[in-house]
Amino acid sequence: MPYFIDRRLNPKGKSLANRQRFLRRARAQIREAVQKSLKDSAVADIVKERKVKISAKGTREPRFRLDPKAAGERDFVMPGNREYMPGDEIKKPKSDEDGGRGKQAADYAEGEDDFEFVMRQEEVLDIFFEDLELPNLVRTMLKETPNTVWKRAGITTSGSPAQINLIRTMRNAHGRRLAMRRPSLSDVKALEDELDRLERQDPQTEETRAKMAALKETLAKANAKRRWVGFIDPVDVRYNSFTEQPVPTSQAVMFCLMDVSGSMGEREKDLAKRFYMLLHLFLRRRYERVDIVFIRHTHDAQEVDEQEFFYSRQSGGTIVSTALDKMLEIQRERYTTSDWNIYAAQASDGYTQSGDARRCVEMLNADIMPLCQYYAYIEILDEREMEVFASEDSGAELWRAYRTVAGLWSNFATKRISKPADIFPVFHELFKKTENAG
Amino acid sequence: MSSGSNLLFTEAEWDFEALDRTYKAIEEVALNDLKLDVYPNQVEVISSEQMLDAYSSLGMPLMYNHWSFGKLFAREETMYRAGYSALAYEIVINSSPCISYLLEENTMTMQALVMAHAAFGHNHFFKNNYLFRQWTNAEGILEYLAFAKKYIAACEERHGREAVESVLDAAHALMNQGVFRYRRPPRPSKERVLEKRRRRAEYEEEAYNDLWRTLPVGVEPPGAPPTLEDDDEFGGDMKLPEENLLYFLEKHSPTLKAWQREVLRIVRNLAQYFYPQRQTKVMNEGCATFVHHAIMNLLYDRGLISEGSLLEFLHSHTSVVFQPEFNDPRYSGINPYALGFAMMSDIRRIAENPSEEDREWFPAFAGSGDWIGALKDAWSNYRDESFIEQFLSPRLMREFRMFALFDKAEESTYKVSAIHNEGGYRKVRSLLAGQYDVGTTDPNIQVVGAALKGDRTLFLDHHMHRGVPLHHAAKELVVTHIEQLWGHDVVLQEAAD
Repeated sequence: MPYFIDRRLNPKGKSLANRQRFLRRARAQIREAVQKSLKDSAVADIVKERKVKISAKGTREPRFRLDPKAAGERDFVMPGNREYMPGDEIKKPKSDEDGGRGKQAADYAEGEDDFEFVMRQEEVLDIFFEDLELPNLVRTMLKETPNTVWKRAGITTSGSPAQINLIRTMRNAHGRRLAMRRPSLSDVKALEDELDRLERQDPQTEETRAKMAALKETLAKANAKRRWVGFIDPVDVRYNSFTEQPVPTSQAVMFCLMDVSGSMGEREKDLAKRFYMLLHLFLRRRYERVDIVFIRHTHDAQEVDEQEFFYSRQSGGTIVSTALDKMLEIQRERYTTSDWNIYAAQASDGYTQSGDARRCVEMLNADIMPLCQYYAYIEILDEREMEVFASEDSGAELWRAYRTVAGLWSNFATKRISKPADIFPVFHELFKKTENAG
Repeated sequence: MSSGSNLLFTEAEWDFEALDRTYKAIEEVALNDLKLDVYPNQVEVISSEQMLDAYSSLGMPLMYNHWSFGKLFAREETMYRAGYSALAYEIVINSSPCISYLLEENTMTMQALVMAHAAFGHNHFFKNNYLFRQWTNAEGILEYLAFAKKYIAACEERHGREAVESVLDAAHALMNQGVFRYRRPPRPSKERVLEKRRRRAEYEEEAYNDLWRTLPVGVEPPGAPPTLEDDDEFGGDMKLPEENLLYFLEKHSPTLKAWQREVLRIVRNLAQYFYPQRQTKVMNEGCATFVHHAIMNLLYDRGLISEGSLLEFLHSHTSVVFQPEFNDPRYSGINPYALGFAMMSDIRRIAENPSEEDREWFPAFAGSGDWIGALKDAWSNYRDESFIEQFLSPRLMREFRMFALFDKAEESTYKVSAIHNEGGYRKVRSLLAGQYDVGTTDPNIQVVGAALKGDRTLFLDHHMHRGVPLHHAAKELVVTHIEQLWGHDVVLQEAAD
């Protein structure tokens, strides 16, 4: 008896549990591989699935097996002899692990050395963000919920006249009228017409008079009933009900501020770009909607589009505070704090007109920091400078000034970077899980 | 028979009616013409993802969770997506009813081929081969797996995922040393599983430090359960030497808790279940391939499938039984499908149309004409090693151009010790047979002693066959696993025989 079963509609992903176990098991190797591949590849590629190659360490499945290369003797049979006669000698194929026992870990191998597989995007990102948490996010998003919205919540029997639900009310009234057998206007009219007709009859017989008396009585009853069974009764009235529901703010705006004066070359801009993109990606994971505002500045600041932001060059001095002004202006105009979570990322090479740093600090402390969820400042140095400024405390005027801000605000971060490889660690540190996030 | 009108199917696309019609036609041929004897069949249509799923859980429809299956899946999926490997041709489970999987993407011809191959070829082999009959329990396996899956999930819940995982890791490492080679293992029947489970549950309530004395009794092996009261001498009551390391650890490890022993038992039972398959790769595939070849050709002869289908079938069949030569970059050992199919076809040829040479080598059935009887006898009573030793004909050795090499580790060359000629047939044949003897290809490792009164060191011996040692790095890793299960030091000595 054949017995066919169509299993195609069975739930998919039966092996998901195993996959998760495997990912957990190889966590260390996978993390290493993912982070390495993220560092080397274009940032925009982070939202794709990727092939990662992990070392077999940690996911080895060792078994006892024989190693005829090491010692001893054996016989084996192969197909395809064309020329050999008994007694012939054939050179053993060169293998790089001759001598067997020497390098243990390396030659454990046999198909078990490096292991390559495709990771889905979520898996990559999960690893990427593993122990990162948006700073102070919990506070705004989940605890304080100043935003509320009125939502319909059905029908009630009490409320203000403005909220009367006419359809419901009329329907109830109609039902009640039917149930109470309230004579309708047309019923009354018909009675009146009949009475009228009878009254007009010229020779009024006894019969008609009796009919008229009966009709009058009926009419009176009907009118009385119409009086005490109201067209609309208070019990019919229904009101729309609304309740207030809190909505978490789920949109963020990210201000990208960058110095585009001559001192910022391609290298600096490239570094800054990667930084912005990582931040953007991170925000995108947390918020439904993320807006980006690009503000470039030299001695004055402009809002520009992304292309111009990264690729056009301007000459001029450097006044950082103009960019902060611009940011505040845009924020007031378009991004109220009640609706938007505000993030700012500023990149610069650290130079600004003397005296401007002080003004920046004032603006940050007084106006900007109270609005921002997070403000990150990266200073892009070349490697030589990096060595000079090995200590966090030393640095140019802007750096020192920003350090004081960082001292006051926990959601203000400053970092120096000098090469692509620095970006990821910076990022990691900027968004490290804050212990007392709640 | 007029052509066209009797065709079982004409379209490449399949549907359930065509499957049903075709199945019945195949069954007719299989049972009446080939006289096969099969378990009831259950044919399941699955998607490619489900095939990968099944593939990565040892081909079983349900399996406990372990990361290694996830690893296998990731690897297979990557290969599949990159187009390196086609999906498994078919998967069939040695169970009753015998479950075979059809991939939804297959054409109707391929579905017919797979049904003939799996639902009749493999099925017959599973039901009749002595190893499977003796060592596995087709009726109980699915129930047992369901129990295993549940039990391991419960353990994870109770004892934590890591704890369970580390026992499974260690047990998997010993799977090849977790089988009884010479005595028959007890088969887990449903009642017994339930009984065991109940007893386990009670047992876990008790304190485990009394374990030494209260090991569950009477479960296995047949005979007296090991008692450990007078362990004055090493292994006095452990029935040493013991070749089944998993069994030994399950019964005698001083540190394992009851649930850990049960986990070892589960892995051991699985290893035992798969043991016959490891010994009959050539025969099993040979049998199935021969059967599908015979059935498809008979269907064609009777006008039930079209010439186009036959060509499609032959194309697929030929690539399955392709055997690259040793110096071909595609060579990766002898293809069990190729050797198996060639030998089965050869037996038929010898029975029907023998040469003088065949009569001399196979007097028992050469020219008897009863090829079905000869094949069925071979399928029932042999395993790869004995089958090759008995049935590989000189003609086939010539066809495959087989030659034997002698390999001594210290020397820089292999020596050709025999080739496919008059003086070499017997030697080539018996060396090839030896290559399929898991008794010599698996390392022979035994428990020889345990210092129970002392520091509880466990002593293992590897009896080296012809001086071939264990792979060093792998050995160290596996010994670490054994130490974890034993709870004390483990010494593995290698001795020449």
